[in-house]
Amino acid sequence: MAGRGKLIAVIGDEDTVTGFLLGGIGELNKNRQPNFLVVEKDTTINEIEDTFRQFLNRDDIGIILINQYIAEMVRHALDAHQRSIPAVLEIPSKEHPYDAAKDSILRRARGMFTAEDLR
Amino acid sequence: MSGKDRIEIFPSRMAQTIMKARLKGAQTGRNLLKKKSDALTLRFRQILKKIIETKMLMGEVMREAAFSLAEAKFTAGDFSTTVIQNVNKAQVKIRAKKDNVAGVTLPVFEHYHEGTDSYELTGLARGGEQLAKLKRNYAKAVELLVELASLQTSFVTLDEAIKITNRRVNAIEHVIIPRIERTLAYIITELDEREREEFYRFVGIGS
Repeated sequence: MAGRGKLIAVIGDEDTVTGFLLGGIGELNKNRQPNFLVVEKDTTINEIEDTFRQFLNRDDIGIILINQYIAEMVRHALDAHQRSIPAVLEIPSKEHPYDAAKDSILRRARGMFTAEDLR
Repeated sequence: MSGKDRIEIFPSRMAQTIMKARLKGAQTGRNLLKKKSDALTLRFRQILKKIIETKMLMGEVMREAAFSLAEAKFTAGDFSTTVIQNVNKAQVKIRAKKDNVAGVTLPVFEHYHEGTDSYELTGLARGGEQLAKLKRNYAKAVELLVELASLQTSFVTLDEAIKITNRRVNAIEHVIIPRIERTLAYIITELDEREREEFYRFVGIGS
């Protein structure tokens, strides 16, 4: 399985996406489809959910970065994703700093150990 | 789940030996699985701790990166549209490697660079230095995020593995072993009764 490169996808606000594109992760595949989505004020939740599901189904995407406030909007789609790959990472945005209580992954472990116990 | 069943087998000395061996096997299996579950749980806790640490660090790194973005925007003007239009090939990609913990294969991500920087000419007019700093900050953020993604996938995979192993341990402990023990008890009582019958027959014939 090693060797075949996978991409890092981004779903975020304009600043986040711009930053990561400058970091070098952006790509258009054969069908001119991008591996990122810029979420603006008028982007509908359906659009975000559709793009997220598309990214999940593409087998050339290994990691999906998503701003936490956007993750909140499509929380149900995130929670339904049980596979280990692609990995979904929630990142903070300029206006919304990172909140560990809302993270899907950490909530799965909530039953066993709480974050405070281990700190 | 039926609670009173046992394995249907003709009670004989040989059957008893076979059942004893099976019981031993089931107990050894259960102990081995228990050890595996403990090893996995230990690794799980370690990974969880590392994840929490890394997430906090990531929050800071992202904040710094966002700040340098604001700085760059201030000097170079709004380059977002140009950046988004000029997407072509990714320079940073990731590979999935396999790691092994107590018999469970965990996927691990490793990032690698490929090709040249598409954005070399951006910021040539003004704000070049801020843009370079911005690119470096986001590249650093990407590296950290890839590491975090590896931890997260390990976490999810381990979670599944632990649940499966615990299910198997419980199945052996609460279903298989009691069933074998009940069968063993049945065989022993049948053998005893047969012995008493035979004794009675002998005693009966004697008189």
